[in-house]
Amino acid sequence: MPDPERAQARVNDFTVKFANVNGTGSASANALIMKSIFRMGVPVVGKNFFPSNIQGLPTWYEIRVTAEGWRARSGRVDIMVAMNPETYARDLRDLAPGGWLVYDSTWPRPALLSRPDITLIGVPLAQLCQEHFEGARARILMKNIMYAGVLAALLDLDLEVMRGLVAESYAKKPALVEANMKAITLGYDYARANFACPLPAHVERLDCTRGHVMIEGNTAAALGCVFAGATVGAWYPITPSTSLMDAFKAFCTRYRVDPETGRNNYLIVQAEDELAAIGAVIGASWNGARAFTPTSGPGISLMNEFIGLAYYAEIPAVLFDVQRVGPSTGMPTRTQQCDLMACAYASHGDTRHVLLFPADPEECFHFAVEAFDLAERLQTPVFVLLDLDIGMNDWMIPDLQWDDAYQPDRGKVLTAEQLEGMEKFHRYLDPDGDGIPWRTLPGVGSKGAYFTRGSGHNKLGSYTEDSAEYQEVMERLVAKFRTAAAMVPAAVSDGTGKAKLGIVSIGSCDGAVREALDALRRGGVAIDYLRVRGFPFGAEVEAFLAAHETVFVVEQNRDAQLKSLLVLETPVEKRKLHSILHYSGLPLTAQYVVDGVTAAISRGQAA
Amino acid sequence: MTFIAKPKIHRGAVRNELGLTRRDYEGGMSTLCAGCGHDSVTAAIVQACFELALPPHTVAKLSGIGCSSKTTAYFVSGAHGFNSVHGRMPAIAAGAIAANRRLRYIGVSGDGDSLSIGLGQLGHAVRRNIDMLYMLENNGVYGLTKGQFSASADVGSKSKKGERNDHEPIDPVLLALSLGATFVARSFSGDKEQLVPLIKAGLSHRGFALIDVLSPCVTFNDHEGSTKSYAYVREHLQIPVAADYVESRREITVDYGEGDSVSVEMHDGAHIVLRKIDKSYEPTNRARALAYVQEHAQRNEYVTGLIYVGTYRRDFHERHNTPEEPLNSVPYGKLCPGSGGLSEVLARYR
Ligand SMILES: Cc1ncc(C[n+]2csc(CCOP(=O)(O)OP(=O)(O)O)c2C)c(N)n1
Ligand code: SF4
Ligand SMILES: [Mg+2]
Repeated sequence: MPDPERAQARVNDFTVKFANVNGTGSASANALIMKSIFRMGVPVVGKNFFPSNIQGLPTWYEIRVTAEGWRARSGRVDIMVAMNPETYARDLRDLAPGGWLVYDSTWPRPALLSRPDITLIGVPLAQLCQEHFEGARARILMKNIMYAGVLAALLDLDLEVMRGLVAESYAKKPALVEANMKAITLGYDYARANFACPLPAHVERLDCTRGHVMIEGNTAAALGCVFAGATVGAWYPITPSTSLMDAFKAFCTRYRVDPETGRNNYLIVQAEDELAAIGAVIGASWNGARAFTPTSGPGISLMNEFIGLAYYAEIPAVLFDVQRVGPSTGMPTRTQQCDLMACAYASHGDTRHVLLFPADPEECFHFAVEAFDLAERLQTPVFVLLDLDIGMNDWMIPDLQWDDAYQPDRGKVLTAEQLEGMEKFHRYLDPDGDGIPWRTLPGVGSKGAYFTRGSGHNKLGSYTEDSAEYQEVMERLVAKFRTAAAMVPAAVSDGTGKAKLGIVSIGSCDGAVREALDALRRGGVAIDYLRVRGFPFGAEVEAFLAAHETVFVVEQNRDAQLKSLLVLETPVEKRKLHSILHYSGLPLTAQYVVDGVTAAISRGQAA
Repeated sequence: MTFIAKPKIHRGAVRNELGLTRRDYEGGMSTLCAGCGHDSVTAAIVQACFELALPPHTVAKLSGIGCSSKTTAYFVSGAHGFNSVHGRMPAIAAGAIAANRRLRYIGVSGDGDSLSIGLGQLGHAVRRNIDMLYMLENNGVYGLTKGQFSASADVGSKSKKGERNDHEPIDPVLLALSLGATFVARSFSGDKEQLVPLIKAGLSHRGFALIDVLSPCVTFNDHEGSTKSYAYVREHLQIPVAADYVESRREITVDYGEGDSVSVEMHDGAHIVLRKIDKSYEPTNRARALAYVQEHAQRNEYVTGLIYVGTYRRDFHERHNTPEEPLNSVPYGKLCPGSGGLSEVLARYR
């Protein structure tokens, strides 16, 4: 962990934050800087803090440069690029002591708005743009690109790497490449001429990003849907899940148009609402297509009735819940892990669902594929719970791997031939003793025909109001859920397993928790870690809880939802579990976890 | 002339082209009230499927929740059926049709299911032009929840408890016409002669076909003061066009007077022959159809028959440019870009 006090000679270990106004094109400048660092072989973490609005509101982008490859926010700012006068005071406040503040010095800055413990770097960006570019629009856009040039000088970024990136972005518009490079060079030269470049906090080439990509979780999940062979996607737009379907569509346009016929081997239904979206997924899955819907909390709320139908009638469905801050509309562009309970027990009546918890885009890709296999094997809805942080931020991950031997596991589906050989087909029997019945697809033949219903049914598939018959099916569903516990991705652990203290966490907390573990262990605290990756919990989760005296449950919601699930679904003693809850809407930091653990130790809650 | 020859022989003996009897198109025993209009509609669906000689397993039956929605269990037991949730059958249909365009989809719904809780979904099914026959069994009440007014109850209509409905009715026919449906019909559950050919025509239509069937609820809506009772409906029927359905496979002669009939080719090559009762009625003119239905509604008359059959509009699948083979059976090899595709994708994220 970095020294929390002062920004010093932090080569390859610092955070730059950009304060912008959204809708001004700052995103491409910020991405350019981040990608340049990545291409220089230095690991980066990018976090976007954007408003729920299209134009004119403050937006921030943070780039953490971390030679050690940490994956969480640092929680501190060493260099602030303050491009938004409206948030200037606040941005100034956020800067760490000893940090640098880059601002547009075209207009005089109120003298009061400074701090004695920081260094100001004024660049007359607007004035330079005025002198060198024509037209209002170009001047605004170039102003952003120009600060990328300033940063290149301050951070010692490789201009050739930048040029390469700019050339790739504007491959079809060479004139724009020159205009952008001109702006970058203007900023670069000005900074070199007027300030001591590079700053003590700067980038030095490494070779730590080879074999890696920078990708968003939503994109990776969409790619997983393509590779899993999903053909039907149904959705209703909602932040932060929208880019998942956008990516699916883009990949399908590239990989799913039949080269011979020109026909689309996919169909995306933009539904009238989330009720219709999940309905279409259930209809398509019932009919044998792999189908999915991406959504967020409000969508999950709407889908509840249908989710119960799919659970009880045993129809596969794959849902991606890219969680955002609730309750209600909440803060749509902020991150949280607040739908665990809502998904685990979605819908009225006794229902329990299979959940997968990816921690990063790599797992988004693999769990997406796994979700389709599980949904079909288990004939039930499977939820992949991302959050805004994973879904919409660029994460550095190792290159995704694909095994060309993979074949979709369609589960227990009887073919026409198998049906022929059978005396009679009944939908809800459990011949294999794993709680999973055999199903048939419409059109397979009259012998396989059955009636799907959400009303009471017996194991033969017939309508029933008989208590014993009803309970028999409900109990088999419990057996099926037990089977699921061994099928979902197993929890992963870290540590000797012998410590008295443990941390259990989930999803996007992982980066912060791992960094915190490192700090705690270096500080002499013996502590183990388990990250759950699926629900129902497997035996390894119970074993970890049993083996540790005190377990910190780190999660990003107010009500300790993961802890509640652990208490409800494992035999763990509740008093063993201590929550570390973070629900500000910003991604978790390692410091927050360290503070939580140390505070508990000093309070005597943990040995 | 009617197309359905009433068999004089024992019905079990009559076989269709597939060698199946009418019985083969029946389903489970109905649990509806004796005399419920919905059972008559079920019988008409059985008859239509039998006459069309549809292989039972190529049919898929979808419904929402309600007495009407239960009826998918009462016909074509050799077909897969799906009794989903209240008002959401159209979404199930859209997904199912997306996955497999080869089956024939029969949706059965009620007026509560389609015009109250499911109004939005019905509207969007029409708009998407999903290829299905949508039977709306319309009784003006919520039968299954014991007689509350539905959104199709007429102003002034009385419930069994004597309450008066003061809200404007929603007419599914006007709704479908205004949303661009290319096949819109209305009939009456007690008029099998009219209903069976309409169902056959609707099943042969490519795209969304709506048949609004006035289907009295004998338990909650067959009393004096109800405008969807047998007696009331019979009195106020207005038949603009009678549809005789004729399959193209069979040669037929129609001995209607010139000018009295108009022949419309269905998308599967079959023809329906429309007999004009009102000479000025033009079933292929949407604006006229809307006006006609509204004019008669003002006189408290239900127009029945094939109210509109339109020029062809691209259906759901054509709009999505999907292949002829169902999406659920596209070989996996065509769906997965493989490790080669993956490296190509990853190259863009460096
Ligand atoms: C979400 C939900 N709300 C309410 C109900 C109760 N319910 C069942 S059927 C029905 C009305 C059915 O009316 P209609 O569609 O006209 O069918 P009918 O019984 O008249 O044929 C209602 C309100 C339900 N099943 N689900
Ligand atoms: S209550 Fe009405 S609609 Fe329901 S079965 Fe009885 S008669 Fe039919
Ligand atoms: Mg009704």
